[in-house]
Formats: sequence, structure tokens, C-alpha cells
Amino acid sequence: MPAALRPNRIGEALASFGSAGILGVAPFLIFAIVFLIFPTLGLIGGAFVDKAGKLTLQNFVDLTQPTIVDAYVISIKVSAASAVLGALVGLILALAVGRGGLPSWIRSTVMTFSGVASNFAGIPLAFAFLATLGRLGLVTILLRTVFHFDIYRAGFNILSFSGLTITYLYFQIPLMVLIIMPAIDGLRNEWREAAETLGAGSWHYWRHIGLPVLWPSILGTLALLFANSFGAIATAYGLTGSSLNIVPILLYAQIRGDVLHNPNLGAALALGMIVITGLANVLYLVLRARAERWMR
Amino acid sequence: MRRSRFLPWLGFALGATYFLLPLIATFEFSLREKRDAYSFLAYANVLNDPNFRATFTYSVTVAIATIIVGVVLIVPAAYFVRLRLPALRPVVEFITLLPLIVPPIILVFGYIRTFNSSSFLPLTNSTTGTNILLTFGYVTLSMPYMYRAVDTGLRAIDVRTLTEAATILGAGTPTILARVIFPNILISVLSGAFLSFAIVIGEFVMASLLNRPAFGPYMQNIGANRAYEPAALAIIAFVVTWGAMGMIQLLARFAPKTSARQE
Repeated sequence: MPAALRPNRIGEALASFGSAGILGVAPFLIFAIVFLIFPTLGLIGGAFVDKAGKLTLQNFVDLTQPTIVDAYVISIKVSAASAVLGALVGLILALAVGRGGLPSWIRSTVMTFSGVASNFAGIPLAFAFLATLGRLGLVTILLRTVFHFDIYRAGFNILSFSGLTITYLYFQIPLMVLIIMPAIDGLRNEWREAAETLGAGSWHYWRHIGLPVLWPSILGTLALLFANSFGAIATAYGLTGSSLNIVPILLYAQIRGDVLHNPNLGAALALGMIVITGLANVLYLVLRARAERWMR
Repeated sequence: MRRSRFLPWLGFALGATYFLLPLIATFEFSLREKRDAYSFLAYANVLNDPNFRATFTYSVTVAIATIIVGVVLIVPAAYFVRLRLPALRPVVEFITLLPLIVPPIILVFGYIRTFNSSSFLPLTNSTTGTNILLTFGYVTLSMPYMYRAVDTGLRAIDVRTLTEAATILGAGTPTILARVIFPNILISVLSGAFLSFAIVIGEFVMASLLNRPAFGPYMQNIGANRAYEPAALAIIAFVVTWGAMGMIQLLARFAPKTSARQE
């Protein structure tokens, strides 16, 4: 087998360490190939063929029809808004809890709660926000009866861009807190003391030391939050049914009932999602590697 | 400590308001089923619904199967990568990150196209096959978390010394894995398991598109047809998530804090 003899690092490792190691890793690799890589590649391949199975780029041309472009625009807007707001609020919350001199039980409570809330997504989260900011929700009614302010008359709707963004923040903010906290802990007290010795105030410290050190972590997490909400569907579906036209919901309808009347166009739609979440994740990994230079 | 603590307190208070209000509102809403007074009627309706019991049991079963398959696949892989095949580490780590890049809806779309009735492995043809496919899909979803948990556990113990000692005493590789390594990383494995459980139990899109009677699609269906029961379900789901994450916190206290940290 000439392929097996090709000298590379992996091959050498396999050859020199006997069969037990290969036997131990093989099930995992086979599983990943059959149930992760192969189906994904098959889908990507499907984006490049027509119904008759001939190679074509027509599917990507068809992506430019208004419904699909609209879906991408709304998805990107919701993801960007919830990522930026989530990162900002999460950062402030993490700084308040991690650096603000608050009692230590507050920090541990916030971290535990963040672990729960970042996993409390999907259908139940949608129900919770319908019960809070829906037409009959507690907050809606309180604002109307106590403050005589009708948020629905003022243009708010839970089944819209702003409603979806507010709902997504419920898992975006905690995720930001969880990921950024180690970076905030990595800000050494010595740096602050050194800055203060040189006459820097709080503003100078954050402007020239704190934020520049945190910056790669912040940007990286921003990318991760973007990908996180771009791929999410259950929350939006539970909130709005299929009435809000975002990419995952359009794709869901396409898988269910071929609403685009072309299965391969569905594959192209999916490939577009993979490209966007993939780029965001690569950005996250690159920036995280850069941020880790300041750790330890 | 001479800085003012007003702003940090304010930030914390605003955050607490945003995060607690929906929980309070949902709880209040879930009690409104009877018109004249607060009652737990919505909870009683949900808990007495045979479909609730069936779908919840189904999802718990799939979650347990997911955890078992995940552990059997990932523990040996992470162990051998750490001990004997460090060259494979980037490959394995890249694979475990892929499920974060490929959203669940894409993965299940790929499954439906790859494993349909005319394919080489027609899993979607039978109920058992589709159940297996859903379980494997969940194994893939939870892979990043399970791998990271197991790898953290392995990092905290001295894998090489334990393996050498067991080998000298005559243990073969399966024995070493099952009776030496696994018990030592049990706490990490369990925290990965509870996280997987929290992710899988209410999962919607995969179960829905594979037409499985799971808890996620059940909740969606209730949400489309009932008024107060969805709020009760949201509270129940929150308690389940809290329980799973609470177990992880609890387990962290028992995790080994000593021994070799080579990195």
C-alpha cells in the first residue's frame, strides 16, 4: 500500500506505537467520518449539482432571490445585534462582578447562573419571553397598568427583530460572562499598581492597559456569539413559529416541505450558513490564540 | 478598595433584573390557568399529560444512550491521543470543534440526505434506525463538551505513571482504561455527561426533522396549542437545566486538585 508508506508525522506515530493506540482512536475517527464529516461534505457537494446531478453553480445564482437574501440580511442583523449587545453587557457584568470589589458570593452566583442561562435556550426560552414581553406578558401588563405605557402601541413586538434580539441576549450575555471572565482574571494587579505608580488614573489604566489586553478576547467572543445565534433556530421557531424569515427557519421549512422547490438550492442555503458560522468560529479561534499570550 | 462600589452594584442589579424578570414573569404566568385565583393547574395538566411522560421518558432515554456512546468513543480516543499519539491531537481537536461550526440543522439536513432509504446505510427507513441516527446526532452535538471535559480530567491525573504501574501489574489496555483511567476521571466524565444531558433533553430541531417523539417537539406543539402550559413547561425545563448544571458545580468540588499538571 504506497499510501500507507507515505512518510508523514501521523504515519510515523502510528507505525512506532503499535496497534493499541490506533484501535483506541479508530472508533472515534470512524464515527466522526461517518456521522459528521461525510454528511456535511455530502451536503456541500449537493450545493454544486442540479436536480439531474450535473455540476452547476446555478444554485448560488438562485440564492440571490429576494426571500433568501432577506433571510440572510435579517439573520445577520439579529446575530450582529445580539452579539454586540451581548458582548457589551456581558463585559460590563463580568467587570462589575470580577473587578468591582463585590462580595465573593455574588461572583460565584453569577458564574453558576451563567452556566445555567447559557444552556437555557430553545423552546422554553421562547415561552419564558412570551410570558414576559408577549401581549399578555407580565412586564407588558405592568408597564401598561402602572406606567400607562403600552410597548406594543409604541411599536414593540416580541415576534420581531427587536423581540428576537432581546430574547437571544438571555443566552448571549451569560456566554460572554463565562468566556471573558478568565481573561479578566488574567489582568494582573501588578499592572494596575505599576500604572498607578506612574500616575495613571482609572481611565488611563483601562484605555492603555486593561482594554488592549482584553481586546482580542472581546473580539473573539464577539465572533463566537455571532455564530452562536446565527445557527440557532429553536428559540426563534418557538417564539414566532415560521413567521419570521431568518435563514435557519427558511432552511427548516425547506427540509420539511421543499418550499424552494429545489433540494439542491436548500444545500446551497446550508453551505452559506456553514461558511458564515465557519468564518466566525475561525476568527474566534485565531483571536483566542492571540489572547492567550497574555494569560499565565 | 478605595474605589466606589456603586457602579459595580448598579451593573449587577441591572443584570439581575434582566435575568430574573423573565423567570418571575413565566412563573406568574404559569399560575394563571384558573381565572379567579393562582393555581398549579397548568403544572397538573402538563404532568398528567401522557404525551408529556412519553416524550420526556423518550428524551431521557436518548440522552442516556448519547452519554454512553459518547463516553465509549471519546474516553479511549482522548487517552490514546494523550499517551501514545500526540501527533493526532490537532486532528482530533479539530474534529471535536467541527460541531460548533456545523449547526445542528445543517447536520440533520446532511443526515436526511445521506442516510435516506436509497443510501448505503438507510437508517431513516426504520424506527430503530432513526432512533440510532438521532442518538448519534446528539453524540456529535455534545462532542465538543464531552471531549473537553474528558481531556481536562486526563490533564489533572498522571496518565503515564498510572498506565505504567498498571502495565507492570499485568493489566491489559482494556483493563487499564476501564479500571484505572476511567475511575480517575469519573468526575470530569460526569460533568461532561450532565452538560450533554442539559443540551440534549429539550433539543428541538434534530428530533423534529427526524420525526422522533422527543420532548423538544412536544414543547413546541404545546406552545402552538395551549396558553398557560407552555409557561409551566418553561419552568420545568429551567429546573431540569438548573439541576444538571448544579450537579456539575457539585461535582467540581470533588475533582482531584493535586497531582501532575505538565502543561
